Amino acid sequence: MTGSVHSIYTGGMVDGPGIRTVVFFAGCSLRCLYCHNPDTWERSHGTFKTVDDVMGEVCKYRSYYKFSGGGITVSGGEATEQPNFLRALLTACRAEGIHTVLDTSGFPTENLANEILPLVDLLLLDVKAFRKDTYKRLTGSRIERPIQTLHAAKRLRIPVQINYVLVPNLTDNREEITEMGTFFRGFDNIQKIEVLPFHKHGEHKWAELNLDYQLSDVLPPTKEDTANVLHMLTHS
Amino acid sequence: MHPAWNGFTTGAWTTEVNLRDFIQKNITPYEGDAAFLSPATPRTGKLWEEVCVLLKEENAKGILDVETKKPSTVVSHGAGYINRELEQIVGLQTDKPLKRGIMPKGGVRVIKNALKTYGYELDPAIEEIYSKHRKTHNDGVFDAYTDDMRAARNSGIITGLPDAYGRGRIIGDYRRVALYGTEFLIADKKQQLMHENLMRLAGKLIGIREEIQLREEINEQIRALKQLEEMAQMYGFDVSQPAQTAKEAVQWTYFAFLAAAKQQDGAATSLGRVATFLDIYFERDLKNGVLTEEEAQEIIDHFAIKLRIIRFLRTPEYNALFSGDPTWVTEAIGGMSESGKTLVTKNSYRIIHTLTTLGPAPEPNLTVLWSNQLPKHFKHYCAKMSIETSSLQYENDDLMRGYWGDDYAIACCVSAMRIGKQMQFFGARANLAKALTYAINGGRDEKSGIQVAPEYAPVMGEYLDFEEVYRKLNQMLDWLAQLYISTLNIIHYMHDKYNYESLQMALHDMEVLRTHACGIAGLSVVVDSLSAIKHAKVKAVRNETGLVVDYKIEGEYPTFGNNDERVDKIANDLIRLFMEKLEKHRAYRNAVPTLSVLTITSNVVYGKATGATPDGREAGQPFAPGANPMHGREHKGAIASMSSVAKLPYEYSQDGISYTFSVVPKALGRDESDRITNLSNLLDGFFHDNGHHININVFDKATLLDAMEKPELYPQLTVRVSGYAVNFVKLTRDQQLEVIHRTFHESM
Repeated sequence: MTGSVHSIYTGGMVDGPGIRTVVFFAGCSLRCLYCHNPDTWERSHGTFKTVDDVMGEVCKYRSYYKFSGGGITVSGGEATEQPNFLRALLTACRAEGIHTVLDTSGFPTENLANEILPLVDLLLLDVKAFRKDTYKRLTGSRIERPIQTLHAAKRLRIPVQINYVLVPNLTDNREEITEMGTFFRGFDNIQKIEVLPFHKHGEHKWAELNLDYQLSDVLPPTKEDTANVLHMLTHS
Repeated sequence: MHPAWNGFTTGAWTTEVNLRDFIQKNITPYEGDAAFLSPATPRTGKLWEEVCVLLKEENAKGILDVETKKPSTVVSHGAGYINRELEQIVGLQTDKPLKRGIMPKGGVRVIKNALKTYGYELDPAIEEIYSKHRKTHNDGVFDAYTDDMRAARNSGIITGLPDAYGRGRIIGDYRRVALYGTEFLIADKKQQLMHENLMRLAGKLIGIREEIQLREEINEQIRALKQLEEMAQMYGFDVSQPAQTAKEAVQWTYFAFLAAAKQQDGAATSLGRVATFLDIYFERDLKNGVLTEEEAQEIIDHFAIKLRIIRFLRTPEYNALFSGDPTWVTEAIGGMSESGKTLVTKNSYRIIHTLTTLGPAPEPNLTVLWSNQLPKHFKHYCAKMSIETSSLQYENDDLMRGYWGDDYAIACCVSAMRIGKQMQFFGARANLAKALTYAINGGRDEKSGIQVAPEYAPVMGEYLDFEEVYRKLNQMLDWLAQLYISTLNIIHYMHDKYNYESLQMALHDMEVLRTHACGIAGLSVVVDSLSAIKHAKVKAVRNETGLVVDYKIEGEYPTFGNNDERVDKIANDLIRLFMEKLEKHRAYRNAVPTLSVLTITSNVVYGKATGATPDGREAGQPFAPGANPMHGREHKGAIASMSSVAKLPYEYSQDGISYTFSVVPKALGRDESDRITNLSNLLDGFFHDNGHHININVFDKATLLDAMEKPELYPQLTVRVSGYAVNFVKLTRDQQLEVIHRTFHESM
């Protein structure tokens, strides 16, 4: 079983609990305007690796996982778009007793979510917007993915951390955020909601790839705005 | 039993000099958190403020003041104070704070040049004495150097040698003065002199010269202890008797250390491992109700202030190697006992807390002896202070305890030694990157073209062949190891003869283990070069005389710092190879050769002196510091980089393996509490996997860039470099840039 992997990065400390090895899958069908890893969009930009290749790397850092309660975080790209490879990798991690985090914007189908989520210890779910038009404008795609994934996770009792990127004039509509907060209240498996202030660290990558970055003039939100949105999401 | 020892549990230590036994019998381990700590007293605030004014002036002028007439000895200068009303711990190296002493026994020309640099002139009488009537260490060395040695020194394949400055790296057991008083210690030394003792020892000595040398040295040591008594008397204290209180214990310990700093100006003058020892006195006083926590912190703060203003006079050449005026007043903190109990005490916290009460500072060089078994609260406190101040370094106690027991300290940056039982002959370092270019060029220097090493056959082909290059490197290292050890023999023979550190050695046992502390620079350059030759194609570019002066790499190759066995194994093999060569040679005083992978800030200077290398590094570019991977060649993140370094074999580099780690705060976690836990766990992982040493820097590059532009706003900004910390604003521009260009681990 091989999959296209963009890179493997050790020492992730903001991608789930503890110290983690982050495996970035190559390929993502979304085209989020704020994406800071556009170099992971094309599956062809990755390197084909076997599950053993990846596990060989991941298992080198067991002592760090042990001391910190860390493990593997599968990210991307969009890992769920290589479901067979993802399933095989997570199964291998389970066999080795390595804690698994999946960082995703949602499974393409509900069936896949039902099948793969039981192999995940923590789901980091990127909920990019709550209204269809916002979602479409931001990602170029349809909104079903995160919603159906969240429902599946609830049914399967998989703990979820919601990540929401706050972009001024794009994802800061108060009504939309309030609606979303209300919606989240129906999910007792949501452990944490994080609001990530938009940043432009990935802008240079867009330039390197000859892509047109549309958010050049957008300023990061203030700390206050970020805190307010978090409050709205958690207290609606 | 001496009345000063009331309340202590007796043991072997009461009748013989045995600090470890005293500590083990009397320590109160502390597993709690930092909540008990007191803030700085107003008196401390005022005193530190006064010192800051002087530091600012010193920074502007280069040095604040210097002695030009009177060579420094333990008793050369009368009592000196910063502000007598405020100081709780007293004693200065000369009569004024930050006024530097001169120690011409090391070499009078060096002193003369150093003084000239700062606009001072050496008293002609002193110059005459030390050039006509009294030979110096430097003169002795150059009388004995061979042509080979001079050539190697000039080309920079062996550099930084302590042949024109004090060797340092000797740690007197300064605690002995506090526990026993000098009277007891002198009596012990007199015992050692007795005929039968020497006869018993004679079996271990090679001959008559060694026995005579030892007798002379012991008498020098007794004289030094008497001078220490005299010096303390100038300040109104009697150190002939044991310290009776915590304050006296700190004062006695400091006096002993101060005497060492008045007598010698060695490159590194470590303090040892005093915090936990002193805690026993603090605990006794606290229990007896004669001391408050506030007063305890004040004593430690004032002690730390004194340690922060230790100064030596250096030449510009020295400053280029060891930048930022370091003195390496290294204090080893924490660790575990062989019995399994922790050696962390409240005083371990107090000494680190000085970074809060007084703000961050490079000295004393606070070194945490990390064990996976350390109390969790202490681990978290250290991590917190690293995040706030970037002023701590960490070394692997679980690893070192197996070699050196549980009463060792750190000389300079990373070199462990049993306190009072072991000393080292500091040997700076050999430039391995140059050894590689010499191997390729048949012993000719790649920059000057001069034949420095023996005229072996150079590499002839257009493309470098791994087997051939490795064979030639092996041959070149044979030559280098032999030359290196012989050079150190001369330096240390002469240092003992002309510039013996009698005060520090008085605070040692009679029989000490000596090590020949060799070192290497440029490890990652050579390792990546060999990897490039092996895994890619490397084309040699020759000049008109046939000298290889540049390299072109075709294809990709694995680099050190990515936890990739294909290249990491080359690093391991290379260290072992060189170490085994060093061991083959006879060393002065039966010293045991050891090896360090450490550069201090000399990685910049070594890089400048070294031509292009087959890894693609351009001529003159800095090496990575210590055992670090080359900048920009770590592609797999922080832990992969740490893992490559952790695999380097301590067994073959027992003088220490230095690694400097820089990370931006955000990459450590989303909030303060996550960052603390993550950093602590990171250290647990690194040390569990046998990493030896790590400097932790936590800041953003932007801070450093801002500090370069506006140094006046960052007087206390401290960064860890290889094995020590410096005030960033005191680094040369080249070194500041090198620090900025280093890999900063960020989150992806």
